[in-house]
Amino acid sequence: MIVAERKPFQEIKQMVEGYDNILTVGCGTCVAVCLAGGQKEVGVLNAELKIARKLAGAPLTIGAACVERQCDMEFLAELDDLVGQYDAVISMACGVGVQFMAERYPDTPIFPAVNTSGLSANRDVGWYEEKCRACGTCVLGETAGICPVTMCAKSLFNGPCGGTNLGSCEIHTDQPCAWFKIHERLSQQGRLDNIIKIHPAPDWRNQIPRTLVQPGYQSRKSA
Amino acid sequence: MAIESNLAKILKAGHFAFTGELGPPRGANVEVVREKAKYLVGSVDSVNITDNQTAMVRMASWAAALIAIDEGLEPNYQMVCRDRNRLAMQADVLGAYAHGIRNMLCLSGDHQQFGDHPQAKGVFDIDSIQLINMVRNMRDGKFQGGADIDTPPDMFIGAAANPFAQPYEWRVHRLAKKTEAGADFVQTQCIYNMARMREWVKQANDMGLTDKVYILAGVTPMKSLGMARYMKLKVPGMEVPDEIIDRLKGVEKKKQADEGIKIACEQIEEFKEMKGVHGVHLMAIEWEKRVPEIAERAKVLPRPTVD
Repeated sequence: MIVAERKPFQEIKQMVEGYDNILTVGCGTCVAVCLAGGQKEVGVLNAELKIARKLAGAPLTIGAACVERQCDMEFLAELDDLVGQYDAVISMACGVGVQFMAERYPDTPIFPAVNTSGLSANRDVGWYEEKCRACGTCVLGETAGICPVTMCAKSLFNGPCGGTNLGSCEIHTDQPCAWFKIHERLSQQGRLDNIIKIHPAPDWRNQIPRTLVQPGYQSRKSA
Repeated sequence: MAIESNLAKILKAGHFAFTGELGPPRGANVEVVREKAKYLVGSVDSVNITDNQTAMVRMASWAAALIAIDEGLEPNYQMVCRDRNRLAMQADVLGAYAHGIRNMLCLSGDHQQFGDHPQAKGVFDIDSIQLINMVRNMRDGKFQGGADIDTPPDMFIGAAANPFAQPYEWRVHRLAKKTEAGADFVQTQCIYNMARMREWVKQANDMGLTDKVYILAGVTPMKSLGMARYMKLKVPGMEVPDEIIDRLKGVEKKKQADEGIKIACEQIEEFKEMKGVHGVHLMAIEWEKRVPEIAERAKVLPRPTVD
């Protein structure tokens, strides 16, 4: 899922300084699961803002809402009557949701309350590990299900580099060396042949905004 | 006819090569480069000009390489994948060749986190093996994108190898990949664990790699016991056996540098006789002025000339 972390309170407070009538909108999917921007976090942020503004002598009116997914116009439609009642919106969705909100309500300033930090797996409650950089050219079949683009600090396709450090990455002993792991697992599976050949220079596809239309829906898009 | 690399000629003629290293300054001070270069002239066949080593910004390696040429040295132009994408790299290869640079060493580069700009975006558009392959294809007349090159750069292509990083059994295969990608010569990580080095060279011999690629053994004389301890504990992928530490410990402090040079010379003597090793790459880090003395004591002078 997409994982995010809430921005520092001071940063959020500063962004909305000039506004007295604000709506905070949570997102009920990824950022709710990762405890960054769901309904509960909307409540916490609003309470913090209310107190801080009151103490600063600039009280504000603040509303709360949460939609299933901000990356889907169908769900955003639920907010159409509400958004117009406020001067600004704080979106607690990932970067995708914030942009879709801004597109749907072009007359209203939309401010992000989270930093989107990756495509991650849920290792334990509140503990997320980035697993995918959405490079668009998946090599996991060759690399024993370990992504070198994400896990290797240099995104090497022909690793490990000379900085591999007893199974750790040179950047930190807590960070396993992706290529040490890849070698280990392929070796276990008797599939080292996969990485004996040179992996050619990558075809980076995440350099321009990508649009994906699944095969069954091409005609719908052109209509 | 274009000038051929001196290093290539030395190696092809079967001589035991001896290369050095020169780190460009943290500024535009030309005199620093000239002064370091003066110590190296006549003592080495070629000198590596490092590229933002340890991820610290320095004078561009191609620029320092041109100053080195001006001082009568043959540069081995180092290029890392960290700081530029394939367009910039190919442009620099063409520019370097146009200005008389004939050797290149293709590296991944230390991670930017280690340097003085840890917030920088590491490029790593391609990796070191892909860089080697790109330069080889450029030599053969093709850009990475497939278009033809008018006047291809005839570079003598180098790569790095670290026999001491784990997994050990994979290291020789990585050497094989670099050789297949197009490396003409390899310079190794600083060697202190001779047993491990012997084993790695033997594996390379057994796989027939040393017939295809020249191996230059990396030697860095220890300046002090402190340096040896630092290398042992702090530098990833570096193996410093206790016997080296013990030898430095065994002499008084002001004689440690001399002992370090003595150890290095003993290593060089062994490499001269080691089947599959074609030379030594001396990395006297910020110690260029001692290179003539080390070369003298290692009995690699005078350097041969090949027409």
